[in-house]
Amino acid sequence: MTVQELIDSGSFQIINVGEDTDRAITVPFCCDLLSIAMGRAPAGCAWVTVMGNMNTLAVATLADAACIIMAEGTALDDIAMKKAKDQEITVLATELPVFDAALKVYQGLHG
Amino acid sequence: MDNAIVLKYQVSTEDFTRAGEASSDVKGKLKQMGVSPAAVRKVAIAMYEGEINMVIHARGGEITVEITPEQIKMVLADVGPGIPDIDLAMKAGWSTAPDEVRNLGFGAGMGLPNMKKYTDDMKIETELGVGTTITMLVNL
Repeated sequence: MTVQELIDSGSFQIINVGEDTDRAITVPFCCDLLSIAMGRAPAGCAWVTVMGNMNTLAVATLADAACIIMAEGTALDDIAMKKAKDQEITVLATELPVFDAALKVYQGLHG
Repeated sequence: MDNAIVLKYQVSTEDFTRAGEASSDVKGKLKQMGVSPAAVRKVAIAMYEGEINMVIHARGGEITVEITPEQIKMVLADVGPGIPDIDLAMKAGWSTAPDEVRNLGFGAGMGLPNMKKYTDDMKIETELGVGTTITMLVNL
């Protein structure tokens, strides 16, 4: 499943559409502690988190995540929003809890 | 090292909104040079962790990145307080980061272990009250 297909699935609210939406999503990844996410987020993951500050965006870019999904109704703060637009990072959102959001991605990947 | 490309960055003081700019810039440049995505990711992660450490603990510093066809060398030099016990600092989960840093999602004590994990060689030189210089190599 590509980032574009995840966007088109309608499962998530679209906050920002970034570059390279044809990129394949490898796996959902859940973590809110940026230090852990930095070391463990697999390349190409759909990263589900409730941490919406601009460092989340930096970690997503540097760890090479395919997109970010803000769960539990959380939102990016203003600076993070600007960074998502500037750096062209795809950000989605949902009211669902972290696990349920990740499960939706998993189901999209594995039918 | 005649053909080395050298990049220099100043890391500013306690400015979390800018932490990561140097790493992002290096990442972009390495991608343009055609460095493999796996190596780019290693450099980006290791350097970002170092950059965050400099902001949290050392009131900023200077990063020099030297790129050759064989390897990427990152030298992170600060004039911070120094590391009293390197073995303890290298231990996953050990952190002296203040609460406001933890509230941002950092300070889990994974910085130095991540830097070691994502590089092929890492050397720490530190002196209390003088500063710390970390040299990291990623082979290409």
